[in-house]
Amino acid sequence: MDWKLICKLDDIPPLGSRVVQRVSGGDIAIFRTSDDAVFALHDKCPHKGGPLSQGIVHGRKVTCPLHGWNIGLEDGQAVAPDVGSCGQFAVKVEAGEVFLAV
Amino acid sequence: MSKPLVKPRLVLIGNGMAGVRTIEELLKIKPDHYDITIFGAEPHPNYNRILLSPVLAGEMTIQEIVLNELDWYKAHGITLHTGKQVVKIDRVNRKVIADDGTEEYYDRLLIATGSTPFMLPIPGNDLPGVIGYRDIKDTDEMIEAARLHKHAVVIGGGLLGLEAANGLKLRGMDVTVVHIGPWLLERQLDEVAGKMLQKSLEDKGLKFLLQKQTEMLVQGESGRVAAVRFKDGMQIPADLVVMAAGIRPNYALAEQSGIYCNRGIVVNDTMQTYDPKIYAVGECVSHRGIAYGLVAPLFEQAKVAANHLANYGIGRYTGSVTSTKLKVTGIDLFSAGDYMGGEGTEEILLNDPHGGVYKKLVIKDNKLVGGVMYGDTADGPWYFQLLKDGRDIHDIRDSLIFGQSLVGDVGHAGNSKAAMMADSAEVCGCNGVTKGTIVKAIKEQGLFTLDEVKKHTKAASSCGSCAGLVEQILASTIGGAYTPAASDKKPVCACTDHSHKDVRTAIRERHLTSKEAVFAALEWKTPNGCEKCRPAINYYLISTWPHEAKDDPQSRFINERAHANIQKDGTYSVVPRMWGGLTTPAELRAIADAAEKYNVPTVKVTGGQRIDLLGIRKEDLPGIWADLNAAGMVSGHAYGKSIRTVKTCVGKEHCRFGTQLAMDMGVKLEKMLFDMYAPHKVKLAVSGCPRNCAEAGIKDVGVIGVDSGYELYVGGNGGIKTEVAQFLCKVTSDEDVMEYSGAFLELYRQEGWYLERTCHWLERVGLDYVKGRIVEDDEGRKALYAQLRAALKDAKDPWASSREAQPVKQFIPIKLEA
Repeated sequence: MDWKLICKLDDIPPLGSRVVQRVSGGDIAIFRTSDDAVFALHDKCPHKGGPLSQGIVHGRKVTCPLHGWNIGLEDGQAVAPDVGSCGQFAVKVEAGEVFLAV
Repeated sequence: MSKPLVKPRLVLIGNGMAGVRTIEELLKIKPDHYDITIFGAEPHPNYNRILLSPVLAGEMTIQEIVLNELDWYKAHGITLHTGKQVVKIDRVNRKVIADDGTEEYYDRLLIATGSTPFMLPIPGNDLPGVIGYRDIKDTDEMIEAARLHKHAVVIGGGLLGLEAANGLKLRGMDVTVVHIGPWLLERQLDEVAGKMLQKSLEDKGLKFLLQKQTEMLVQGESGRVAAVRFKDGMQIPADLVVMAAGIRPNYALAEQSGIYCNRGIVVNDTMQTYDPKIYAVGECVSHRGIAYGLVAPLFEQAKVAANHLANYGIGRYTGSVTSTKLKVTGIDLFSAGDYMGGEGTEEILLNDPHGGVYKKLVIKDNKLVGGVMYGDTADGPWYFQLLKDGRDIHDIRDSLIFGQSLVGDVGHAGNSKAAMMADSAEVCGCNGVTKGTIVKAIKEQGLFTLDEVKKHTKAASSCGSCAGLVEQILASTIGGAYTPAASDKKPVCACTDHSHKDVRTAIRERHLTSKEAVFAALEWKTPNGCEKCRPAINYYLISTWPHEAKDDPQSRFINERAHANIQKDGTYSVVPRMWGGLTTPAELRAIADAAEKYNVPTVKVTGGQRIDLLGIRKEDLPGIWADLNAAGMVSGHAYGKSIRTVKTCVGKEHCRFGTQLAMDMGVKLEKMLFDMYAPHKVKLAVSGCPRNCAEAGIKDVGVIGVDSGYELYVGGNGGIKTEVAQFLCKVTSDEDVMEYSGAFLELYRQEGWYLERTCHWLERVGLDYVKGRIVEDDEGRKALYAQLRAALKDAKDPWASSREAQPVKQFIPIKLEA
């Protein structure tokens, strides 16, 4: 696996996100929780493709800005009763820097 | 092997709806506190007893009404003893003993033994073929009887009796309902409605014998019941007799154990019995002298009991006002509160026997205290909410009887009879949800609240205009289980039990200035809230403590963070402000240049008299803002729960009919309100004469110029709920227009609940209240106006501050090379 340096942890606001644009395969959303855990999901809601990166982050979930689906950051799964899943990417934080596995 | 830490033991006697609901509530707030054991006398897991009637009627199966599958018990580590009746509570040794000898020790005991049907003390009441109507076994027996026999007699014309009769009739039996009262459902209906109901049921083929006293049940040759004989000598054939003459709380077990009982297990407001280690909930309980037989109060009790079992010690059960719905397909019937009226009460009646509609509202001291509805019950939940809220109805009295949607609810006006609607009829126009889908979800998923229905079906979860209809469908599907909470007690979201009112009050009285402080002070159940409560709290903080509480962008919806409107493809739309709908050639030129420079695919004139640039990429936002700012334009806040536009007509400036300078007035108002956030969006309009070309009648604040000054209208709405603005007062000067409308909006800002438009807020508090604060209280109005001016002083253009202060990089994606 190839770890790529993305940004500093502080470049992502707590309870916020950043978008990582890829040449192909679609955007990746990187989220930071209130306790500085970082998660990466495909920036595309399983419902109607909304950009999850633009949603409100709370606990270990993000709410899609288009129709309010909640997606679990840890597993990429829609919170019940909604059903759907969103691609996940491995991500790690080392010495205040965020790395994404690509 | 090391033993895990020993947990206190909780034993529940009674595997029914009230008891298991208490366990569910407990698991929600303190999941690992107890080792839990449940005893159930029936051989089934917890099922939805309310839906036995549809099972009897052949509309559902037993499997569909199970609420907690066996897997649920297993997943929560609960020991379940089904088919075992507890016969003794040994309070000294703190253990319970079942009929098969099973013993379980407890630290806390919860009794939820429910009730049993009352069997009339008449000869023959123990014959084969004579049953009560309570559980799955009874239902199976009735279904079996309907297969083999012809004549059924139901004793008791109450809710349960009528539902049983309807079910047996649908299964092909010849059914007679015997009732001792003068009309059906005399505990829920007045005489007129009772008679109308009887007529409809007779049309369905049921027979009725009213004011009849049963003397005995006659045994036939087979040993089974064969006939019912009355005191007046009349006798009718009966192969099946269903006793539905009331229920009796099951408290013998508790009483034998020495727990104080009086027509039920006596509990205090925390659902605790006289033995402090023992709690009781449900139909077996006597609370303040009342035993409840409907499920909604039991759920309220469950919540309180769970809280005390979890040692939180918050919450008291203070009794319930109940409402009634009959679950007979095709019959719309609703009653609530004191529906009979009497001394000191007034009645408003609507009686249309030919159209099959009857409504009666009982009013006392300008408040709704009860009502009966037959034929058209669409407004039942609305009336019930008014009743629970104790709202003063003086200002809506003249139209009260015609219901909530007298004025509008565009697109839903024709669909008011929930029970009559076809399953294929669309209820939620936003998400395309049909009645059939909603009913199926309610039944199969065991849903009890509007919120649950919204989550599972998405109905009423977008614009919300069909919420009343969905509530109505919920009520007609689950009957008495349905009870809305008083609006000032509804929790903000699943993160808390506190209401919007509680949160607002706490922020003001305890001077809370951050979301963390609110979460701590009100013991939020989640670490940082959710997408529902965070925006609400952020708004309450900044509106209560302007210039002191710090705005938290991460608690705002993306539109308010990006100062633009997100579109379905993830691009944004940008709307520069045009004060009062006025623009200049220079501004138009700058907009045109920006549109070309950023390849804006769509340019549209909005309903608020300005121009929308659609399809802009997020990373281009700071750039386009810079260009528009350079031309002197600022954000139009077309994206926020905030001041949107002040629409104007051309006014006396140009119009030959104009009486006031509408454009000038509009610009002054819009400048005054610039950057004002509110519970929801706010739109104004100023017309220069009563022809009202600016459509001021459907705005949050509408100003109409007349020769002698201005008329002010408030609470209008042109969207989801078309609502005509109500006349507030007349003023004579431009300064007064600003002061009165400013004070009105500040009151709304301070007291409205998040996402409540002015029309919803007005409906909740009443126009009289607002007039009292704005029109009749000069000092109060001036104070509110001053507060608004203070809150909005030094308002800055959010586009300019976003470009300058905030790290613009958050708008810019990180590029990953291949």
